[in-house]
Amino acid sequence: MIPVATPWFFYVLAGLAVASGLAVITRRNAVHSALALIVTLLSVAGLYLMLYAPFVAGVQIIVYAGGIMVLFLFVIMLVNIDRAAKERQFNRMWPVGLVAAGTLFALFLSAFLKGKGLFPDRMMRLAEASNTQEIANMLYGEAGRMGQYTFAFEIASLLLLVAILGAVIMTKKKI
Amino acid sequence: MVPITTLHYLVVAAALFVLGVIGVLTRRNVVIVLMSIELILNAVNLNLVAFSRMWGNLNGQVFAIFIVVDAAAEAAVGLGILIAFFRNKETINVDEIDLLKW
Repeated sequence: MIPVATPWFFYVLAGLAVASGLAVITRRNAVHSALALIVTLLSVAGLYLMLYAPFVAGVQIIVYAGGIMVLFLFVIMLVNIDRAAKERQFNRMWPVGLVAAGTLFALFLSAFLKGKGLFPDRMMRLAEASNTQEIANMLYGEAGRMGQYTFAFEIASLLLLVAILGAVIMTKKKI
Repeated sequence: MVPITTLHYLVVAAALFVLGVIGVLTRRNVVIVLMSIELILNAVNLNLVAFSRMWGNLNGQVFAIFIVVDAAAEAAVGLGILIAFFRNKETINVDEIDLLKW
């Protein structure tokens, strides 16, 4: 399917992502920040769809907006945010951080503008219908052979196991 | 209207990345610092998927999935540390995380 009105959707989604990203780092109440982060994640998922990555968009919505954000909201409920909301929100060195981050952004932009010729104007069209299958072939292998990323996939499962153990042990009352 | 190129996506990703960096550097609430890290990882993912489309190659999307796995692991461990810290000091302020100092 050829996407329609691509520039318009791109600007809406990008604007939504950046505006709610700004809300994430400025809100006083952590719950508001979490809700703004969900809006950012959903608009980034929309951008993935425009980049012919439907599987990554689905993973983004299910794992990020569905899983990780629920974890965040649970922890916000467990800790006392009323006290944190009454305190000063930014640390004393915030102008330094702002200048450093602004310089980083300027560096990014100048690098992008200098290297403009490196990025082809035409973007490829990836196959949408077989996207998930091709990713699965790379992760799990096809026709009895190991895929390009099968080993990395197994290591990722090990990483998740270690993270589960770490999180459970960290939250125990007495170790 | 100008057609959307890879450069557009890179600029959006850079903006999200810098917002995350500002959050990590300036906020005092640990929960929001962790959320800013999620913003940074999302910016990286957007870059990977945009380049994946630019070259017509799916490697970038596979890497994006690995980064999502990493983000999940990082969030679980980070929030676990945060709960253990809150149990000890009754605060979620970054400036007061100094239990390893003496």
